[in-house]
Amino acid sequence: MHEPFVKKSILPGFSLSLGFTIFYLSLIVLIPLSMLFLKTSSLSFKGFIDVIMDPRTLAAYRLSFGTAFVSAGINAVFGFIVAWVLVRYTFPGKRIVDALVDFPLALPTAVAGIALTELYTPTGWVGQYLNVWGIKGAFSPFGITIALTFIGLPFVVRTIQPVLEDLDPQIEEAAASLGANRWQTLTTVILPIIFPALLAGVTLALARAIGEYGSVIFIAGNMPMKTEIAPLLIMTKLEQYDYAGATAIAIGMLLISFLLLAMANFFQWKTSKNLGKA
Amino acid sequence: MSIEVKNIHKQFGNFQALENLSLKVESGELLALLGPSGSGKTTLLRIVAGLDAVDKGQVLFGDQDAQNQKARERGVGFVFQHYALFRNMTVFDNIAFGLKVQPRHLRPSKVQIREKVMELLNLVQLEWLADRYPWQLSGGQRQRIALARALAVRPKVLLLDEPFGSLDAQVRKELRLWLRRFHDEFHITTLFVTHDQEEALEVADRIVVMNKGRIEQIGTPEEVYHNPANPFVLSFLGNVNLFHCRLAEGKAFIGDTALDVPGLSVDHPKTAKLYVRPNQFKISRGPGKGDALKAVVEYVNPAGTVVKVNLKTENGERIYVEISQDEFNQLRLIKSQQVYVSLKDVTYSEYVQDSI
Repeated sequence: MHEPFVKKSILPGFSLSLGFTIFYLSLIVLIPLSMLFLKTSSLSFKGFIDVIMDPRTLAAYRLSFGTAFVSAGINAVFGFIVAWVLVRYTFPGKRIVDALVDFPLALPTAVAGIALTELYTPTGWVGQYLNVWGIKGAFSPFGITIALTFIGLPFVVRTIQPVLEDLDPQIEEAAASLGANRWQTLTTVILPIIFPALLAGVTLALARAIGEYGSVIFIAGNMPMKTEIAPLLIMTKLEQYDYAGATAIAIGMLLISFLLLAMANFFQWKTSKNLGKA
Repeated sequence: MSIEVKNIHKQFGNFQALENLSLKVESGELLALLGPSGSGKTTLLRIVAGLDAVDKGQVLFGDQDAQNQKARERGVGFVFQHYALFRNMTVFDNIAFGLKVQPRHLRPSKVQIREKVMELLNLVQLEWLADRYPWQLSGGQRQRIALARALAVRPKVLLLDEPFGSLDAQVRKELRLWLRRFHDEFHITTLFVTHDQEEALEVADRIVVMNKGRIEQIGTPEEVYHNPANPFVLSFLGNVNLFHCRLAEGKAFIGDTALDVPGLSVDHPKTAKLYVRPNQFKISRGPGKGDALKAVVEYVNPAGTVVKVNLKTENGERIYVEISQDEFNQLRLIKSQQVYVSLKDVTYSEYVQDSI
């Protein structure tokens, strides 16, 4: 006897809802994605390689992925701390702080970009002090990283928060009564348990940062080879009516991002398979 | 090592959890803290472990004040009701945890850790589970692993917070007998919290009955069961029937019935409350020599080692009686049958001030 392809369920509407899901995903995700490949295919393979191996393109990729990684790393640490404070402590104004976390999501990215640029230009509130130290705030990879950190924060905090809330404080007490200090408890008990969630949050922040456009273009300065991010390069190509070139760069980004996401998912699966439910 | 707490106060907001409480646990003793929820027993246990701070008072291990010792410096083994196992670690790593986190100069070698863990797994009879994860175990297995984990660091005292509270009846009985045997073998000072009187009576050397942040009575299981200090202890440790009566001429008048009360002498008439355990009644089919309460059988449950009988007296009071299977076979009680009830003994009597 073969296992039936679909297990019988008492919940009705499986075929209808599955059909709808596939239709919807096709409409929203798959068709636009295939257009990307279709457009690029007007280039020869050599033409495609020429576009994505162009020094200017490579510099843009390096900048986009590099700053995205750094900002995701920063968010991993500080997002964890923010989530920890919001879950574990009660303090006056906690609700306001909690709402502030969502702010980068709600703010139009262009507004965020302009505000950050204002702050970090050599004459801005923060920028003038950085200038004293010889650090260039706006119009540098550092500035780009700041913008990406800003927009990535809510993804990390909001993914870890529910997992931290579920974490039984008694396991910390158990660790303490067994002689572990706070640092050992954090590294051997708490972090391994929340690691899959942390990874998921960081992956979301990373994905968002790689594709971010609006908040970055103001603070980046957009000098080719130096502070020109890949999405901006795509924009530039489009403005020159080089559609095939633009989609080629996009496909390059897509492939790298896809690889990164696949790796993240693999690690997430690997680290969470032994955790069980409770 | 003995544990002593002196004049402890603890308040949570407006709630007085512990009020001027003092208690000494002798070295090598297995002591049960028994009480209803909210009686402060878990709070007391957590204070001894260093997981909660006291508002006022002292905690002593031996004759050393533990005031400035943090939980991890106290050398206590703590077992939680819901196990609190580390779910990212195997059973082996859970038990080894306490050894692995020791500072380097004290930490045993890997081989020694392995030996110790296997020895403990052997003690709780779960060697074959070393490589499993906590979510793959049953409740009883998890609790035994939690015990092994607590024992790994050679604690001076063992603190158990309702350790069998979330297990099913069969496993619970098995584990408490195991705990008793374990204690008889190793004599480690053990303090354990429970709200299950049967568990406390069966396992403990001494029982501390707590209520509303205070100690009602301390004594051996026999003492607290047979000589309860007050009606609270009495009713908390098993079922009891209460009779309001008037004592005179060596008898108890309940309504118009004058019952003989063995072991109760009355100098001059007074009003009293009598507390009678379910096994302290005698049921007969016909009126005997003296007076007896007339009652009707409401319900009989012969399943079990004793037969449980619910009676309703003429004036509408309900009595819960337990008789032996032998007695039951002689009496052949059935529902709605008329019977006569007299007292064999009284557990506790309390005199009430006459209002007139």
